[in-house]
Amino acid sequence: MRIQVLAIVSSLLFLFYIGALIIKGKLREEYAIMWIVCTLVLVLFSFWRDGLAIVSKLFGVFSPPNMVFIGAIFAILIYLLHLSVVVSKLQEHTKTLAQEIALLKQKEEKKNA
Amino acid sequence: MPRIAAIVPAYNEEESIASVVNELHSVSVQNNLDIVIVVVNDCSNDSTWNLVLSLPCVAINLPVNLGIGGAVQTGFKHALQNGFDFAIQIDGDGQHPAEELPKLILAQQRNGWNITIGSRFIDKTGFQSSTLRRTGINYFKHLIRLLVNVTITDSTSGFRMIDRKALQLVCDYYPDEYPEPEAIILYRKNNLSMGEVAVNMRQRQGGISSIGGRASIYYMFKVTLSILFTFIKTNSKKQAR
Repeated sequence: MRIQVLAIVSSLLFLFYIGALIIKGKLREEYAIMWIVCTLVLVLFSFWRDGLAIVSKLFGVFSPPNMVFIGAIFAILIYLLHLSVVVSKLQEHTKTLAQEIALLKQKEEKKNA
Repeated sequence: MPRIAAIVPAYNEEESIASVVNELHSVSVQNNLDIVIVVVNDCSNDSTWNLVLSLPCVAINLPVNLGIGGAVQTGFKHALQNGFDFAIQIDGDGQHPAEELPKLILAQQRNGWNITIGSRFIDKTGFQSSTLRRTGINYFKHLIRLLVNVTITDSTSGFRMIDRKALQLVCDYYPDEYPEPEAIILYRKNNLSMGEVAVNMRQRQGGISSIGGRASIYYMFKVTLSILFTFIKTNSKKQAR
């Protein structure tokens, strides 16, 4: 019982924190969606205690905690990959911007000279 | 007379940059060539930029460090935007002697290649690099021949002359790290012609190489991967069209 209260409180707090980040403009909505969905899943299972066992049985996983680990690790991997894609895109953008700035500056200085 | 941009990427080359640019300048005057030297300072943290400003060249200063590929590409973009007919890449560390430049230009004019590569390994004269490196370059020669059916004895040579067709290509996409072998695949996949001409190279005059020791293993691995990916990428693009 005590663990259930703890789970509910912490996942709700997490949800509020994400909300606060979005409101302050520190987290873009498209990234927030993923976090909100994950947290809602956490909230759902902390209220619905038998749920975990039922879902585990559905997937044929022997022990429910394993189900949690598999799900969490999988979600983290996907999200990390997504972040790598985002970083690669940003790097490409930075490169193009830096080159444009350098070329423009050179043109400007030639004009002034 | 074709207008040529000599692109010199420079990252912490304060020991050699002045002599590289001055040599290029005097060679182009002596041979009556229409060459504009374009130095791209890749955010050096020594006095390279201050030196460059007083040299007879177009000086471009990158606000952040982009690596060799990004720096050279900046020069390519300058050449394309300003209507140059050719771009020649020359390393800022003095490995590529300016007096070898006319050889490249002559070979291009005689053969009409889109890409003309200066090779150390045709006449086997001048600085020949270490055995380990030659083994690596030999491996790339076979890999490239297998994939795109062209024999390039010195695929890592940055000493090359490219025309406007090739310029358009590399302004669109040029690898960041160790771009030379990968670019050969890119050119060939876009049906550009290329050939090699024998040149002498020197040992670097200053600074330190970006490839050595443990980095050489990474180099081999990374370049092999990017060669394969470029090969596959341009294949699938063609099918999509």
